[in-house]
Amino acid sequence: MTAPRTLYDKIWDDHVVHQAEDGTCLLYIDRHLVHEVTSPQAFEGLRMTGRTVRAPEKTIAVPDHNVPTTLDRANAATMTEDSRIQVAALDKNAKDFGINYYPVSDIRQGIVHIVGPEQGWTLPGMTVVCGDSHTATHGAFGALAHGIGTSEVEHVLATQTLIQRKGKNMKVEITGSLRPGVTAKDITLSVIGETGTAGGTGYVIEYCGQAIRELSMEGRMTVCNMAIEGGARAGLIAPDEKTYQYVMGRPHAPKGAKWEAALAYWKTLFTDEGAHFDKVVTIKGEDIAPVVTWGTSPEDVLPITGVVPAPEDFTGGKVEAARRSLEYMGLTPGMKLSDIAIDTVFIGSCTNGRIEDLRAAAAILKGKKIAVKRAMVVPGSGLVRAQAEEEGLAQIFIDAGFEWRLAGCSMCLAMNPDQLAPGERCAATSNRNFEGRQGRGGRTHLLSPAMAAAAAITGRLTDVREIMKESV
Amino acid sequence: MQKFTTLTGIAAPMPLVNIDTDMIIPKQFLKTIQRSGLGKNLFDEMRYTQDGQEIPDFVLNQPAYRKTEILIAGDNFGCGSSREHAPWALLDFGIRCVISTSFADIFYNNCFKNGILPIVMPQDVVDVLMADAKKGANARVTVDLPSQTVTTSDGQSFPFEVDPHRKHCLLNGLDDIGLTLEKAAAIDSYEKTLATLRPWA
Repeated sequence: MTAPRTLYDKIWDDHVVHQAEDGTCLLYIDRHLVHEVTSPQAFEGLRMTGRTVRAPEKTIAVPDHNVPTTLDRANAATMTEDSRIQVAALDKNAKDFGINYYPVSDIRQGIVHIVGPEQGWTLPGMTVVCGDSHTATHGAFGALAHGIGTSEVEHVLATQTLIQRKGKNMKVEITGSLRPGVTAKDITLSVIGETGTAGGTGYVIEYCGQAIRELSMEGRMTVCNMAIEGGARAGLIAPDEKTYQYVMGRPHAPKGAKWEAALAYWKTLFTDEGAHFDKVVTIKGEDIAPVVTWGTSPEDVLPITGVVPAPEDFTGGKVEAARRSLEYMGLTPGMKLSDIAIDTVFIGSCTNGRIEDLRAAAAILKGKKIAVKRAMVVPGSGLVRAQAEEEGLAQIFIDAGFEWRLAGCSMCLAMNPDQLAPGERCAATSNRNFEGRQGRGGRTHLLSPAMAAAAAITGRLTDVREIMKESV
Repeated sequence: MQKFTTLTGIAAPMPLVNIDTDMIIPKQFLKTIQRSGLGKNLFDEMRYTQDGQEIPDFVLNQPAYRKTEILIAGDNFGCGSSREHAPWALLDFGIRCVISTSFADIFYNNCFKNGILPIVMPQDVVDVLMADAKKGANARVTVDLPSQTVTTSDGQSFPFEVDPHRKHCLLNGLDDIGLTLEKAAAIDSYEKTLATLRPWA
């Protein structure tokens, strides 16, 4: 009898092509997702060495980081010259190397981590990589998914494998159920608040427990998406009926006999009783509150009912880091988080740009008006946008005073024209509050879509539960 | 890839923890389709004012550290985005080695692909190296990869660990893809099995 294995162990074992004596493995890659920013140098490398893409049918490209999200983006003048060159390079590389491609003009275009699952490319038990750290998103399907650098993008293009050493196993269990107003985003931020941004370094996280089981696939993607913000390259969740239901019928999901065979295999993808985890973190679902970030690291998380901390509340190198963060963020220790005035609200990104996120925000916004200078919704894909229009969500956003945009990464990393001005303070559903992330000098507070909607209505960081009470 | 054997050079202290790759190379410089030329924008927003003037306090702008080849950094260096532009920018500036108590996984991995050696050392050793780096340009640190040691300007020597495969590649400047393609038969055979075991994949 073999020793009990974790879900990560099982997926790893099924993808080892070759193992060297020193333990270095060659791991087979089932799906390779590509975007315009981290791939040009990789394709150039192939050309210079006369190499080809080994498995173009397993390679999927979509431009997302640079593309404008304004309604006039078909007009090339909406892009800067360097952005245009990068997107044109992806157009050409996709065509020259014969890989699957969703150009800007295609309704299926969107953020690569939203398009992959939506089109059924991402399936349980697969290895999925992309030159983007938020590849962890796909772990929601019980896939081993992580970000890679451009040299590795070239390596995967040429060989369909990666040179890897196995990581350690970490279990993050969220017991019980979430309270009203608390979402997947609050789970994932609270975990990072607990473990720190380096707490997961060297590990693959498996999220489990009742609160995780009760999440939709969209919510599970939000949780896994931010595994990297806790330092873990990958986060994953064992597949279940919700996973199969989500996958079934998607354009690239298996059909007929292949579906049956796949399903039988997927049902073996769980952590065996008694399997070893190197690190375990347990959080009670009931204890998680709606949270926001106050600083410039995703670990700077507090419940919305809290106050801005002082540098002296921390130890070691974090004291100086907190001092720098507070200065950058323009905040004073002791100030109530719910007194922080907001200029801008951004709803979107691979963390929270899916239909469920837009529904949650729209539910809070219905019949209300924004009290901030600007607010925008950037759907994660053209299909999410279309569905939101069909469900009447778009009209709720527009009536409230939000800009209703086309799909892309947008203000999450501000590579396109959607940027904060110096000192501009933003409530954002994205994943990083780093200095300058959303624009030089811009100040980011991370939160859930419902919390972002609440901030839009009041003009300050707000406990969404207060708005929910008013609505009853 | 450029080989890495031994390096004696100026070490600069950057004690701030959680220096992320957005700080190392901000997104506006990711729109290039080349690997070179990023050195002038390394740590751009810490190094220059909004109108492009040097910020004199920033370590790499100080006369003693303008030719830095080694960084002594705070914990969790290179966290955040997977952008390989971060090691490209370090390399283009002339930095070939970073020493910290810990690195983010993707950044750590990206360094080795570009001839940069990231070294993990315990806190007490990093404290000694940080103090040594603060002495300025006359204090030269030596990093010796074959013997896996770092030696301070006053002769204190500390051992470090490195993965044997990665060490081999750095010492010889080897291209990973070339090495993997030597195992093409194993990949072919895996794909044959995959077609039977998991035909949907």
